[in-house]
Amino acid sequence: MKSTYRALYIFAISLAAALAAILLGAVVLEILGKDPLAVYKVILTEPLKDLFGLTEISVRMVPLILVALGIAISFRSGILNIGAEGQIQMGVIAAAAAAIYLPPLPKIVILPLVLVAGALAGAIWASIAGWLKAKLNVSELLSTVMLNYIAAQLYGFLLRGPMIDPAELQVGSGTPQSVRLPKAAWIDRIIPGMRLHYGFVIAIVLAILVYVFLWRTKWGYALRAAGAGPKAARYGGIKVETCLIAAMALAGAFAGLAGAIEVTGLHRRAIEGISSGYGFSGIVVALFGGLHPAGIVPSAFFFGLLLIGADMTQRIMSVPANMVLVLQGAVILSIIAAKMLIADQYLFERFARMLEKRGRKAAGGKTKAGAGKAGAAKVDRRREQP
Amino acid sequence: MNILTFVVNVLSIGIPFSVALLLASTGEMFNQRAGVFNLGCEGIMSMGAFLAFMPAHLLQNTSLAPYANLIGIAAAIAIGALFGLLFALVTVTFRAPQGIAGIGLHMFGWGVAGTLFRYFVGGVTGVPGLKNLPIPLLSRIPIIGPLLFNLNGLAYAAFILVPASWYILFKTPWGLKVRAVGTYPRAADTMGVNVSRTRYQALVAGGMLAGLAGAYLSLGQAKMFADDIVAGRGFIAVALVYFGRWNPYLILGGSLLFSVAQSFQLAIQVLGIRFPYEFAVMLPYVLVIVVLALTPGSVTRGPAELGKPFDREKRV
Repeated sequence: MKSTYRALYIFAISLAAALAAILLGAVVLEILGKDPLAVYKVILTEPLKDLFGLTEISVRMVPLILVALGIAISFRSGILNIGAEGQIQMGVIAAAAAAIYLPPLPKIVILPLVLVAGALAGAIWASIAGWLKAKLNVSELLSTVMLNYIAAQLYGFLLRGPMIDPAELQVGSGTPQSVRLPKAAWIDRIIPGMRLHYGFVIAIVLAILVYVFLWRTKWGYALRAAGAGPKAARYGGIKVETCLIAAMALAGAFAGLAGAIEVTGLHRRAIEGISSGYGFSGIVVALFGGLHPAGIVPSAFFFGLLLIGADMTQRIMSVPANMVLVLQGAVILSIIAAKMLIADQYLFERFARMLEKRGRKAAGGKTKAGAGKAGAAKVDRRREQP
Repeated sequence: MNILTFVVNVLSIGIPFSVALLLASTGEMFNQRAGVFNLGCEGIMSMGAFLAFMPAHLLQNTSLAPYANLIGIAAAIAIGALFGLLFALVTVTFRAPQGIAGIGLHMFGWGVAGTLFRYFVGGVTGVPGLKNLPIPLLSRIPIIGPLLFNLNGLAYAAFILVPASWYILFKTPWGLKVRAVGTYPRAADTMGVNVSRTRYQALVAGGMLAGLAGAYLSLGQAKMFADDIVAGRGFIAVALVYFGRWNPYLILGGSLLFSVAQSFQLAIQVLGIRFPYEFAVMLPYVLVIVVLALTPGSVTRGPAELGKPFDREKRV
């Protein structure tokens, strides 16, 4: 009986949270004078209508999954990485530089080198924040945000200066972008004519590996312990400071790899705005996926759908694509509120008692004594001294 | 160019620059003194900047034009209060983790402002903005006059707010309550202080100031609106609260330091000393990290319960 109540309770809270997020978005759409239902319908169904839409969703899923995996590792280790946006850009720059400046090598050698370079750059960039947190107790929330702005400027400087395509300076419009990467450093496309590339496979494989790492290895255990209870972990012989830096570096590596895959699989040259908000969307994807790889992959699909859907509503219904940020923000707020409510034992018991009372009324008071006893037992447990 | 005119130049840009930071971080100080870390300040500022801009943009050539700025400022304060209330609902009533909630609020506010702006306005358009109000006599003092007594109304208000918020925080019963619920909420609760209500009040007050800071950005400083007008100032304002050790006067000092550093790099570029402007733009953000790293003691001296939700039912 209790587990049924539990399931009902979780369902009710989740439903309320979903409604709250949908409602917050609907208010904004109402202000625009658009019919929220029609807009939501376009966002959620239009991209699913053809192969092109589906592959484009998968293209968005690649960076979303990778960034979210990194964020899940960091959140579970007790450090909040909101600097993925900058880490992606550092990954893009390092991968592009490796691809452009390394001597010509066969694909089998160069492509892994390029991807590792991206991951490494992201890891180093993130480690700055991890180190500041572990050694000097600087809030990682603030340092990673600041590093985002710094990375954006660095990225812009490199693309406008040292790494700019010489052709742009001579004949082009001076668009800040690098030269096209050599073909050996490209990740191949899966379906001819579509942009979906094998980075998708890498992302899925890494999702499985992250699960194995976090739940099946001692290092993963150490990280999760450091996040769940730093004091207890320290007492158990886990070096919490090292864990913080390692978790941050891993998170950065995933974001950097996401950048490297974007540049080698999709754009094939470093361009402006390449991270296009994936750093923040990744946070939503990770939270929505319950900080677990098995949840992150479907959650990445959902938010990939939202991203493509928002682009389509911009074209079809002239609702600005910024709308996706509104929905993501609303989703974050409602998810974390719902999580706390679900964990609230007191509220759950009130809910269960309410259902019990209803049940008793419906059953005509037959089971009154039994139900009353169960209720009393629950109240007693709350009164127990810890 | 002689040194005095250079310094005056730097200050004449730097002092007005500091107002938005000052307003936002004073608001954030009230939040944090009450124990709530509001990283959504940036998003509230976006909304405030947008709503302050809109009346000035829409009423430009109507008979209501003289009141447009006032309407805009009122709207910015109102939306700040509303967002503060939303944040309080999530973090105080539902006790959600504050860091993530702040990111959510930031994305929401930033997204709403961007969506509405792109839909109703589209491109960058200027507005007349706030006029400077020179104070008679005082503004005619050489050097100091033009620097300090020829600002717009919001700037004066922000500077008056510094001693005012010091007084409110340290000399009024409400200020005592705010500090108590941020330091030792259980004791405050035992003494009959309503912890949730006080945190709600502090978050609403902080949100209003963040909204006002946004209004200053669009009406007083940039005299236009763009999606990314806030450009991290909300996050810098949060960092300034740490730097200013939760004290209004030190926060004023921090805001001035940051904005003067910024106007200094602008002035150097104007002088013709060439270096990539990206590094100049980077400067304030680097400065934040350096400053946070160099003031490790500030973390231990902050409100003891900063970032921790208060659960009245929880046993200790």
